[in-house]
Amino acid sequence: MKKSRSELGQIIVGVARDPLGLMGLIIVGAIVFCAIFAYWIVPYDPIAMDIKSRLQGPSAAHLLGTDQLGRDTFSRVIAGGQVALKVALPAVFGAMAIGLTLGMIAGYGPKWLDNLLMLFFDTIRSFPTVMFALAVVALIGPSLQTVVFVVMATSIPTYGRVARTQTLTLRNSEFILAERSMGASMARILGVHMLPNIIGVLAVLAAMDIPTVIALEAGLSFLGLGVKPPTPSWGALLKDGYSLIRQTPWLVVGGGLPIILATLGFTFLGESLRDVVDPKLRKQR
Amino acid sequence: MTDTLLEIDHLSVDYETGRGDLKALRDITFDVNKGEIVGIVGESGCGKSTLISSILRLTAPNTRFREGEIRFKGQDLLQSSERHMRDLRGADISIVFQDPMQTHNPVLTIGQQMLDIQHRSKQSKADKLAHAAKMLGAVGIPDPEARLKQYPHEFSGGMRQRIAIAMALMSEPDLLIADEPTTALDATLEVQIIERLQELQREFHCAILFISHHLGVIAELCDRVVVMYAGAVVESGEVREIFHNPKHPYTRRLIECDPGHIKERARVLPTIPGEVPDLANLPGGCIFRDRCDQAMARCATQVPPLDQLKKGHHAACWLNHEEVTT
Repeated sequence: MKKSRSELGQIIVGVARDPLGLMGLIIVGAIVFCAIFAYWIVPYDPIAMDIKSRLQGPSAAHLLGTDQLGRDTFSRVIAGGQVALKVALPAVFGAMAIGLTLGMIAGYGPKWLDNLLMLFFDTIRSFPTVMFALAVVALIGPSLQTVVFVVMATSIPTYGRVARTQTLTLRNSEFILAERSMGASMARILGVHMLPNIIGVLAVLAAMDIPTVIALEAGLSFLGLGVKPPTPSWGALLKDGYSLIRQTPWLVVGGGLPIILATLGFTFLGESLRDVVDPKLRKQR
Repeated sequence: MTDTLLEIDHLSVDYETGRGDLKALRDITFDVNKGEIVGIVGESGCGKSTLISSILRLTAPNTRFREGEIRFKGQDLLQSSERHMRDLRGADISIVFQDPMQTHNPVLTIGQQMLDIQHRSKQSKADKLAHAAKMLGAVGIPDPEARLKQYPHEFSGGMRQRIAIAMALMSEPDLLIADEPTTALDATLEVQIIERLQELQREFHCAILFISHHLGVIAELCDRVVVMYAGAVVESGEVREIFHNPKHPYTRRLIECDPGHIKERARVLPTIPGEVPDLANLPGGCIFRDRCDQAMARCATQVPPLDQLKKGHHAACWLNHEEVTT
């Protein structure tokens, strides 16, 4: 028998076989690649101003033109991707880790703890995200960390609720009873037996959540509540482009296109991932 | 061989419900000796499952132990700490469940699961895997090393049940509880599993508490049998004795209703008319009275005691009290 590939390898191969998944993989790969190697890719310093060559259209020197301060839009798009991932990845994974832990405790633990945690989740969810963001920004000022915090806090309940529902369904299943009757401790049941059953669903949720977070960061930056200028961000680019749309339409394209691409890429990847991580579906493809 | 392993002593268990206390088990008394196979037989809802979950202390939150003791190797399990119970489960007492399609974690390979249940052992991972493969071989899974890498859905129902038996026997328990292990399987597989259990029992010398409503299986496999009806023991004794000389009308009717015992072709399969009495609202007297074709005046007023009729043969019926029947 051929030595089976590692779990992660199998998943990646599975995603790549699906045309949409492959597309998602390529887009996400390109975004991540650009974000990691942004420093070497950018042709110009993304925050260096050059007033003489402001508001230019695309040319060989400036692939996507320049903005009102003469900064190279292409360089700012690349650097903006780095900022977007810096916000999205820690926020999503942080929220997933905390939500998963709390959700599993709520689902498996005593009823009063479940009620308490659900109350906590519902309280957070009852705030409209943007209003909550406004309040937090007003309190501690706009910065990258503020955005991460806001996104994390508002998406914990989503992960928590999904993890809780999954745990509740699983806790009465016969194989968990079988584990208990084999003397497994609560930590073992949750960590070894429930976690692998839940993590797939949450990973898919996270992959689909990343574009939402990127859009949220762009939205906050668009409102001037996100990352502080002159740090390049897709939202800030869009905001500049919006006010200068009559002079140069290229700024809106530069800010909008990456957001659309990132959203599509992560969504395709998430959907494809959902089909692949389910072992019951895996053998059928 | 006469050492007692598990003693159930006047056990009464209630479920607290909105309608009042449901008397799920009443005054259950029987023993399981070391290395013995004891069958528990009875129709649905007679308390078989409550009994096994009580032995493992994995009962629903509304369960109340009213009276009695469950002694395992002399120690009362109902008084034991949760920690002690957890140490017993899977090590000294293990269980095989009814539905093999549900008893394995669907997202872990069989190997991972068999590794995990050896969490008490200090052996290396390679040794544990070798042990797992050996156990799979013992229950007749071909090519066990390769099979360890597969997921539960890649096995058939009969194989999964054999894997469940392998997992239950891995720690060489003293008592194996088999909760209708063949009910979800078809007849040919049933024979396979029963034969496998017999072989393994000889190999591991564990006692088996075999729950079933299939009398044929009980007769084939067990040394002794306990007949339960509506949460109480109505008859218990050696398998031969019970099947050839039943002393309780319920046992007699149960044997008559077993399709394996029907010799002539009949239009309608025989049944026991009537229903199990409401356990929340028990009538006085004998619980089987309403369905019994030999009921007497005395049955309505007095509960028949579980009397020893012969050595090892107990039955709870007034018919066995001669001064009344004559």
